[in-house]
Amino acid sequence: MRSPLARFVGSAVVMLALIGLWQLGANAGVISPVFFPGPDRSFGTLWDQLHDAEFWHAFSETLRRMVLGFVSASIVGVAAGAAIGLSANVRAYVEPTLELIRPLPASAVIPVFVLMIGLNERMIIAVIAFASLWPVLLGTVHGFKTIEPRLIEVSRMLHLTRMELIFKIALPNAMPDIFAGLRLALTVSLILAVVTEMLSGMPGLGHNIIMAARSFRSADLYAGIIVLGAIGYLTNVTLERVERHVLRWRNDPSSAA
Amino acid sequence: MPRALKGALLPIGLMLLWELCARSGFIVAESMSNPTAIAHAAWATVLDGSLLKATRETFGAALAGMALGASLGIVCGIAFGLWRLLAALMRLSTEALRPIPSVALIPLALLIYGYGFRMEIAVVAFASFWPLLIITENAVRGIEPRLIEVSRALGFGVVDRVIKIVLPAALPRVFVGLRLAAAVSLVVAVTVEITANPIGLGYALIVAQESMKPDRMFVFLIWIGFLGWLVNAVLLRAQQRWFGRMGNWAEHGR
Repeated sequence: MRSPLARFVGSAVVMLALIGLWQLGANAGVISPVFFPGPDRSFGTLWDQLHDAEFWHAFSETLRRMVLGFVSASIVGVAAGAAIGLSANVRAYVEPTLELIRPLPASAVIPVFVLMIGLNERMIIAVIAFASLWPVLLGTVHGFKTIEPRLIEVSRMLHLTRMELIFKIALPNAMPDIFAGLRLALTVSLILAVVTEMLSGMPGLGHNIIMAARSFRSADLYAGIIVLGAIGYLTNVTLERVERHVLRWRNDPSSAA
Repeated sequence: MPRALKGALLPIGLMLLWELCARSGFIVAESMSNPTAIAHAAWATVLDGSLLKATRETFGAALAGMALGASLGIVCGIAFGLWRLLAALMRLSTEALRPIPSVALIPLALLIYGYGFRMEIAVVAFASFWPLLIITENAVRGIEPRLIEVSRALGFGVVDRVIKIVLPAALPRVFVGLRLAAAVSLVVAVTVEITANPIGLGYALIVAQESMKPDRMFVFLIWIGFLGWLVNAVLLRAQQRWFGRMGNWAEHGR
């Protein structure tokens, strides 16, 4: 079990065995099929859905909202976070307020946005963007305020301008913290997309699974959960790839700090 | 200007601006209310007991769900940390389940348990299982190998080894995991209540919004935020007190 390949094969066998157990359990009917369909029905439904235009519409709606909210939150969060993080003076005024808002559950602001904007598409995007803003903003502030003081001294010696200081020293230094914030924000954006769709009834995967549960279509529900898990996994892997690409200089032995 | 005053300037200024805008009719009072009305509504929710009742329900569900999910996470984390083969074999299965957003399980929990505490507890348990699993597994892996060797030399069985060596050594980091899970469980509990479950603070928030009572809605929103802050502050204090520098090391070091 030393080699990575053997480990992968081993864990794949275990996963298949667990799915087999799931099938046996469902066949034996120990638990009611109303909420416990076997993998045959769940994956069968999933396969059918992949040929269904309506599913792809819901899928793209959910993904679109998630990406739109996430990207706008990232841009605003990094820009505002850099401005706050770079100035100790601004931080003194703003940071306590940020700390107050930090523990607020993102979903709790949904009713406020519904009252202000109404139950519509704009509300959904606004909620997703608002909720994913905080992790990015707080991560960026942290990244920018923890610059090694000696690096700032060096930049003075080199007579760097303020802009050069930001882009050549502060931003690369803050990147790991920014990405930590982005990863959290990505999870938050998927969660909020699903929750707002469940609440608003706008077409999307969140709406699909709550309707499946209400009409006792358990195989549809399981298929929807599998798809949401896949979206969570794939978006995370994509962001990790981007992070590794952007931060590749960190692991480069020739430029080791 | 002293630091505390600087920090208070922004929230106080925003509140004044809010009050002013609402009074001058610049923003619509039907949807945004104003700080004075919110203060009155807060007093009313305290007097009629609705704030206390909703808080008890949310805390009860969050606590029960976290107790269930966190203890399962700790047990699995210890097993995965001690037996690497087990962790390697379960890797793909855990990696397949972990990315499922906890809110995607709300409809399933609803289907199985119907409305009430049990469905909320189930979703919270799922959400708080993962941080404890990952942190405990890493903490157990990080235990000085010689400690484990010593326990072998002393002829400890598995149970003794876990209770006398592994748990005490991993505790500071496990506690950090519990603090994270506490925050997660409160957030998830409120989310479940907003989305589906007609109990607790989240449901009170939705009812206030649907009956067009923004002052009441803001009371619950601010209260939820305060509780989240309070829980984290209390646990952080406990962590520093009980584990001191060990706790700080557990939080930042590896």
